[in-house]
Amino acid sequence: MLYAILCYNSEDVVGGWSKEEDDAVMARLAKVQEKVAREGRLGPVARLLPTTAATTLRKSNSEPVILDGPFAETKEQLLGFYLVECASLEEALDFAKDLTEANPGTGSYEIRPVSVFFPGGATA
Amino acid sequence: MTDTDDIDKVLSAARPQVVSALLRYFRDLDMAEEAFQEACLRAIKSWPRNGPPRDPKAWLIFVGRNVAIDQLRKSVRLRPMPAEELVSDLDDAEASVAQRLDNADYRDDVLRLLFICCHPDVPATQQIAIALRIVSGLSVKQIARAFLVSESAMEQRITRAKAKISKANVPFEAPGPVERSERLAAVAAMIYLIFNEGYSSSGGAPLRAQLCDEAIRLGRLLLRLFPAEPEIMGLLALMLVQHSRAVARFDDQGNVILLEQQDRSLWNQQMISEGLALIDKAMRHNRAGPYLVQAAIGALHARAQKPEDTDWQEIDLLYAMLERLQPSPVVTLNRAVAVSKAKGAEAALAMIEPLSESLSGYFHFFGLKGNLLMQLGRDREARDAFNRAIAIANTPAEAAHIRMHLDRLSTEGVAASLPV
Repeated sequence: MLYAILCYNSEDVVGGWSKEEDDAVMARLAKVQEKVAREGRLGPVARLLPTTAATTLRKSNSEPVILDGPFAETKEQLLGFYLVECASLEEALDFAKDLTEANPGTGSYEIRPVSVFFPGGATA
Repeated sequence: MTDTDDIDKVLSAARPQVVSALLRYFRDLDMAEEAFQEACLRAIKSWPRNGPPRDPKAWLIFVGRNVAIDQLRKSVRLRPMPAEELVSDLDDAEASVAQRLDNADYRDDVLRLLFICCHPDVPATQQIAIALRIVSGLSVKQIARAFLVSESAMEQRITRAKAKISKANVPFEAPGPVERSERLAAVAAMIYLIFNEGYSSSGGAPLRAQLCDEAIRLGRLLLRLFPAEPEIMGLLALMLVQHSRAVARFDDQGNVILLEQQDRSLWNQQMISEGLALIDKAMRHNRAGPYLVQAAIGALHARAQKPEDTDWQEIDLLYAMLERLQPSPVVTLNRAVAVSKAKGAEAALAMIEPLSESLSGYFHFFGLKGNLLMQLGRDREARDAFNRAIAIANTPAEAAHIRMHLDRLSTEGVAASLPV
């Protein structure tokens, strides 16, 4: 079974780390990742840019609504995610709109640029 | 959360929201600050023992408010509040406070707290000092060191500024849309002042450079509260893109290294990508303001792997846009640099000629003029312009830089195309 491990923390606090502190945490995490990576069990690892860089596409009955900022609806749950290479935010939004057409109704897509990315090698 | 260091970080991150909410309750800055201090002391005692609260900000507001009310009651000899053991089980109360304190509440509170620091009667440097003290929670000592003045001088400055702003009477009702956008503009300008205070410092003053990080932190806070404001996206992007070059901007002696000579591999790519993402987002709004345009100019430099890859034509267009949004001879002068790269020195020289009166005391005007004349082979006029520049240079480094051009002119006597 392939597991996704989603990382939650207070953005204020993590954003307050100095570069040295941040580097130290990343180095410790890299050590943990190394072990499973060697066994070929590690898939993609990504660190996202702050939520201030996020844009949300909210499905609606007509055209989807584009909102600045992160996904804010606490009544819905995270059900999946995509990693997609786009030349611009516009292109990412177009892709999300296509997804909306294929799966209309309710829900949202939060579009967050990735700041650090390791592709990893594990396959489902 | 048992580590004191972690708790410190949570407390300092919570500070703007908590102090500003307490200010709304008590309508008194000193009282709000004291209540926050007291709540922090209790957090340091209680969190390692009882575990961290689910919503640290709501906890601090709740406790800070109770402590201050308790002290008020004591001072008027009324019945004291229940003992701390009885109120420390805050679960329900905390949840209800948290529910009421959603983004919209914090938003106007924090904006008000920042806005009172921008009082027009308070000089800009004092505005910065007081914002760093009240909003960011830096100690007077830290601020004094950043401004290279004594602690007592800074203490005095802050006290004087505080006295002025406490008389300002900024209304406590939620502001209307026009008022809100006016406040937002004033606050954005103040945050950029903090940034520039750090950015314009020399390489030998790392304490001042911390002001850049603090300004970026405030910019992020503001954008989280006003997520749909393209100018706030622009402001944050501008600061990120400029600050991404921090390590590359100075040599070991603390001398400025110009953009074209910087080692671009030292630029902080993470800050650049965050800046680019914000610009991308802001552009969708189709109403570019001065911060966004300046960020976009910075981004074009950031995108160029080598100086030769810089898209000067696009930079020229963006400066033209900035000239319309914020007409100023300095903006035109900057545009002329782009024009000299995109269209040649002749066109640039024609562009700055009309500025000679308004910029007659401006070092960079004569530096650029000399450079353009030198590129055109008009050495004698170039020498005159460089001499003027040296006469009004602000720092020895600036003068030394111009002298280097003069030396070239006298030894080589050729029109070298030098970077501006």
